[in-house]
Amino acid sequence: MSGGYGLTGQGRPTRSEDGPEAGTAPATFSGNRGLDVEERLIFALSRPGVSGVDLPEPKGLPTRIGVRTRTEAIGLPGVSEPEVVRHFVRLSRQNYSIDLGLFPLGSCTMKHNPRLNEKLARLPGLADIHPLQPVSTVQGALDLIHTLSHWLKVLTGLPAVALSPKAGAHGELCGMMAIRAALDARGERRRRVLVPVSAHGTNPATAAQCGFEVDEIEAGPDGRVSVEAVKARLGPDVAGIMLTNPNTCGLFEREVKAIADAVHAAGGYFYCDGANFNAIVGRVRPGDLGIDAMHINLHKTFSTPHGGGGPGAGPVVFSEALAPFAPRPWVTDRGAGFALVEDEVEAGTARPFGRLTAFHGQMGMFVRALAYMMSHGADGLRQVADDAVLGANYVLARLKDEMSAPFEGPCMHEALFDDRFLEGTGVTTLDFAKALIDEGYHPMTVYFPLVVHGAMLVEPTESESKESLDRFIASMAGLARAAKAGDTERFTAAPRFAPRRRLDETRAARKPVLTASEGAPASPRAAAE
Amino acid sequence: MIRFTEQHEWVRVEGDTATIGITPYAAEQLGDVVYVELPEAGKALTQFKEAAVVESVKAASEVYAPVSGEVIEANTALGDEPAKVNEDPLAAGWFIRIRLKDPAELDKLMSEADYQAYIKGL
Amino acid sequence: MRYLPLTDEDRRAMLEAIGARSVDELFRDVPAEARIDAPFDLPLHKGEIEVARLFEGFAARNVAAGSVPFFVGAGAYRHHVPASVDHLIQRSEFLTAYTPYQPEIAQGTLHYLFEFQTMIARLTGLEVANASMYDGSTATAEAVAMAARLTRRDRTVLAGDLHPHYREVIETTARYQDDEILSLPMTAGPEAFIAAIDESVSAVVVQTPSVFGTPVDLRPIAEAAHARGALLIAVVTEIVSLGLLESPGAMGADIVTGEAQGLGVGLNFGGPYLGIFAARSKFLRQMPGRLVGETVDADGRPGYVLTLSTREQHIRREKATSNICTNSGLCCLAFTIHLELLGEAGFTRLARLNHEAAIELADRLSSVSSVSLATPTFFNEFTLRLPRPAAGVVEALAGRGVLGGVAAGRLYPGVREAENLLIVAVTETCTQDDMDAFKAALEAVLTEGSA
Repeated sequence: MSGGYGLTGQGRPTRSEDGPEAGTAPATFSGNRGLDVEERLIFALSRPGVSGVDLPEPKGLPTRIGVRTRTEAIGLPGVSEPEVVRHFVRLSRQNYSIDLGLFPLGSCTMKHNPRLNEKLARLPGLADIHPLQPVSTVQGALDLIHTLSHWLKVLTGLPAVALSPKAGAHGELCGMMAIRAALDARGERRRRVLVPVSAHGTNPATAAQCGFEVDEIEAGPDGRVSVEAVKARLGPDVAGIMLTNPNTCGLFEREVKAIADAVHAAGGYFYCDGANFNAIVGRVRPGDLGIDAMHINLHKTFSTPHGGGGPGAGPVVFSEALAPFAPRPWVTDRGAGFALVEDEVEAGTARPFGRLTAFHGQMGMFVRALAYMMSHGADGLRQVADDAVLGANYVLARLKDEMSAPFEGPCMHEALFDDRFLEGTGVTTLDFAKALIDEGYHPMTVYFPLVVHGAMLVEPTESESKESLDRFIASMAGLARAAKAGDTERFTAAPRFAPRRRLDETRAARKPVLTASEGAPASPRAAAE
Repeated sequence: MIRFTEQHEWVRVEGDTATIGITPYAAEQLGDVVYVELPEAGKALTQFKEAAVVESVKAASEVYAPVSGEVIEANTALGDEPAKVNEDPLAAGWFIRIRLKDPAELDKLMSEADYQAYIKGL
Repeated sequence: MRYLPLTDEDRRAMLEAIGARSVDELFRDVPAEARIDAPFDLPLHKGEIEVARLFEGFAARNVAAGSVPFFVGAGAYRHHVPASVDHLIQRSEFLTAYTPYQPEIAQGTLHYLFEFQTMIARLTGLEVANASMYDGSTATAEAVAMAARLTRRDRTVLAGDLHPHYREVIETTARYQDDEILSLPMTAGPEAFIAAIDESVSAVVVQTPSVFGTPVDLRPIAEAAHARGALLIAVVTEIVSLGLLESPGAMGADIVTGEAQGLGVGLNFGGPYLGIFAARSKFLRQMPGRLVGETVDADGRPGYVLTLSTREQHIRREKATSNICTNSGLCCLAFTIHLELLGEAGFTRLARLNHEAAIELADRLSSVSSVSLATPTFFNEFTLRLPRPAAGVVEALAGRGVLGGVAAGRLYPGVREAENLLIVAVTETCTQDDMDAFKAALEAVLTEGSA
C-alpha cells in the first residue's frame, strides 16, 4: 500500500463530555445563543405558492417548445423576500472572513479586498455588457482588458498574456497546453515534466491532464530545488519543469535562473506557478528569471475577493517562445479601435492551441484587479511585496523559538513551521489549528506543503498592522506554551467557541448525503435507468 | 499460511486461493476508511502492481497485489461497511480473493514475525 | 497608502525584531541580476476619485445592455436580478471568506452550497450535483473526460448545434488526453447524430435548447446512446428553460452540465459565470469538483463539510479526477439567493414569461418582409433567416441603438449556411417598446440594405 499518510486522525470529531459552558449556561429553548441564531435549510421554511419576486401573470399563450413541458414540481422552496434575506444574513454570521480579522492562510494570500473595486465592477457599463455584443459597443471593455494586459506584462517582464483562464489551475492548464503545442510544433514528443514534491497538487494534476508524465524532484535540506537535482533528471524526453517561486515553503528558489538555463539547454520549457507572486510583485520580474509561462492568481496578488471559494482568475504570461501558442480569444489594438480575435480565420500568424472557456475570461475580476493595481501604482505594488515579506519575517522571527521552523530565514511572504515543538504533547497540528479558531483567528494552512511534517504555513499579507500582527503572535505563542505545558484539553476539544464544533468527516464520506431530503418533490424523479 | 508486504498488505493462502487485505498497522495509519475501490472478478493482477484503492477522509492509497493471480471475488460488503477495514482488517475487512498463479512469489514476502519486526522499526 | 497599515516606524521596529537592517536584506535570496531597484514603468498610486474616474471612462465607452433594446443571448442571458441578491453577496462574511476548509467557521458557505447542490440536482432531474465549476463550457469538457473514465472509451460525439465555443473548449481539453472528438457539422440533424453513435463512443453531447434555441427531445438520443453503452451528456446554457421544459435527467441524460449565470450572476462580459454539473449518483466517485455533504458535529448538531475530497488534486495529485481547485463560490451564492427568492412559483412563472415574450417577438420579427423563422420551436431564443449576412445587420442594428442578437456566423466562422442566420434571445427584461423598436430597426436596416 502506498500514498499520503500525512494527514492523520482528521476524520472523527473530538468529543468532550462537558461542553464549553457546561455548568454555567443553561441550554436555550430556541437553540440560539444570543446573536448566534441557528438556521435550518431553506426548504424547511417553504410554503406552496409563496415567492420573493413579483412577476406579471403570464398571458396563457399556447407553448411552442416542441417537446414535453415539465409536469412535476421541481422542489424549489416558496419563501418571501424577508425570509430569504434573514436566511442568508444568519448564514453569513457563521463564516470567518478577512473583513473580520487576520486570515493567515498560507499560499492563499488573504489580503484586504477594497470596496472601491466592488463598486467599479458593478458600473453598468462594465457589468451589464454581453460577451457577444458587437465589438463596436464594447470598446471601453476591450481597452480595459488591453490595459490590464499591459500592467501584467510590465510587472512580469514577459511579452504576452492570455487572459481567459478562469482560475489558477485553469492557468496552469493554459501554460502546459501551450508547452504541448510548442513541442508539437517542433515535432518533438517530450512527455516528462519535472515537478517538485512540495508543489501544489494542481501542478501534477495539470501535467497529467495535458498528457504528461510527472517526475517528482525532492528539495534539498534548505527547502529548495537545486540545479544539480534538476540537471540529474533532464533528458531528451523532458518537456519542462513546473516550479513554484517563491516556493510553497515560503522560500525564494535561489538557483532559479540556473535551473531555467539548464531546462532551456535541454530543450524544455519553464512553467512557473505564480501563486506566490505577492512576495515579489514590483521587485522582481519573472521574465528575468527565465520563465516561459506563469499564471497569476488575480484573486491572490491583486486582491479580487475569494468569495468563499471563487470565482478567481488566472491569466498566464508567456515568453516569446510560447507566445504564439496562446489560446483564443485575445484583444488587439488596431489603432482605430480594439478588436477581439476569436477564431482561427482571424488569428493570422499566431498558432493558438485552442480555446479554454466559452467567452473572454473573468471580466469582473479584471476590473477589480486593475483597480487594485492602479490604486497602488508602481510604488504601492512594490510596497505590497515589501510589507508582505516584512510581516512574514516578523512572524517567523517572533515565533521560531516558541514553535519550530524547519528552514532558516529570511522567508518570503509566508512563514513555515513544523510540528516538532508539539512532540510528546499529544497535540497535533490540526488540534493547534482548531485552538486558533477559539482565539478568534482563521487557522493557517495546515499539512501543506507535504514535505514538512505537520506543516503550518502562515501568510499574514501586507494588510495587517503591527498591532494586529503582535496580537496574533501573542496568541500563537500562548498556544505553543499551553501545548508544551500539557494543557492538551484546550486543543483536542477545540473549537469550543465556533458556530460548530469539530464535524464528523468520516460520517460524511462513508454515507454521502449531498442533497437535502426536505422539500423534495412528492414523486421521485422519473429518470430513465 | 499468511504473508506480508513492506507496503502493509497481507495475503492468506489456502490451496490455490489467496485472500488479500491490508494490515492493522496500515488501517490505523490510514485512519477511518471511508471507501474501497475493488477490482472486478476475472481481472488479472500482477505481483506488486496496483490491485485496489483504499480511501480515508484525507488520503487515498493504492493497494498492491502481494502475489499475481486472477480475481475470483471482491469483498462487496466493504461497499456498505468500509469500517470493517478498521475494525477487523485481517478477517471481515478482506479486500479480494484471487487464484494464486505462482506460489514461488510468496518467497518474496515476509512472515508474520518478520513483519512485526519490520513495523517496529518504522 | 490607504490599503497599507504599516507606518515607517512600525517597519523599523519589525526589522529590528527580525535582526535585518533593511527590507532589501530580506530579498537576499533573489539573484542579484533579477533584483529591480527602480520603480517599474507604470503610473504611481492614485486615490479613489482618480481611479473611479478612469473606470467610469472605460464604462462610458460601452453600451450597457440595460440602456438599449437588448436581445443578445447565445450562451449568456440577461435576466432581472432582485436587489437583495447583490446586497447579500456583498456581505463581508460571504465576499471575503476563503474556501470552506475549516468547516467549523465556514458553515455559512457550506450551508448555501448544500442548498445549491440540492436545487441543481432537482432542476436537472439527477441525483447529485457538485458545488459548481468555472462555467458551462469547462463543466462540459470535464463531463466528457469523466464519461471517458467511466466507460473506458475515448470517442465523444458532439451535436452540430452545440454552442461552437463549448465545442472548441471540449476539443482543446481532449486533444492532449488523446481523446477523439467527433464534432458533427452545424447542419447535421438528429438522424445523423444518432447514426454516429457506435460501440466505441463514450458519450454524446447535446445542448438543449440548442445554440439556435430549439428544445431537443433527448429520449431517442438517450436510448440510442444507452443501447451502445455510451452516456448522454446534456448541456443547458439557459438555466431558466428548466422552469418550463422537462428535465434532462427525466429524459435519460446521465450527466447534465451547463451555464447558470442567468440567475443572480449577470452578464459581466463573459465572466465570472457559473458552471453546473449534475450526474447520476452511481457516477459520484468520478465526478470532478467540490462536493458538500451533510454530517454532525461533536455535539451532534447538524453541519456541513467538503467531502469525498480524495477525488481531488490536493490529495490525488496526478491521479485526480480533474486539476480543478475551486468553484464559482460567490456566483453560486448569487444564483442560490435568486432562485430561492423566485421559488417554485416564481421560477416556473419566469420561464413561462420568457417563452411568451419569445413567441411575441418571433411573430413580430418574422412578419418583417424577407425574414423567416428558422426555428419553429423554441424557449426564449430563436433563429431568424435574413435575406443577407447577419453580421452586417447586427452592426447596423447597433448603429440604430438596438443590440439585436448574435450573428450565427460569428460562432460558425466560414460556415456558409450560418451566414444569414441571426440568433435572437428575449427575456422578461424586454418590454413591448423594446420589441417594437427592434422590429422597426430591422425593417429599416433591411430596407436600407436592399435599396
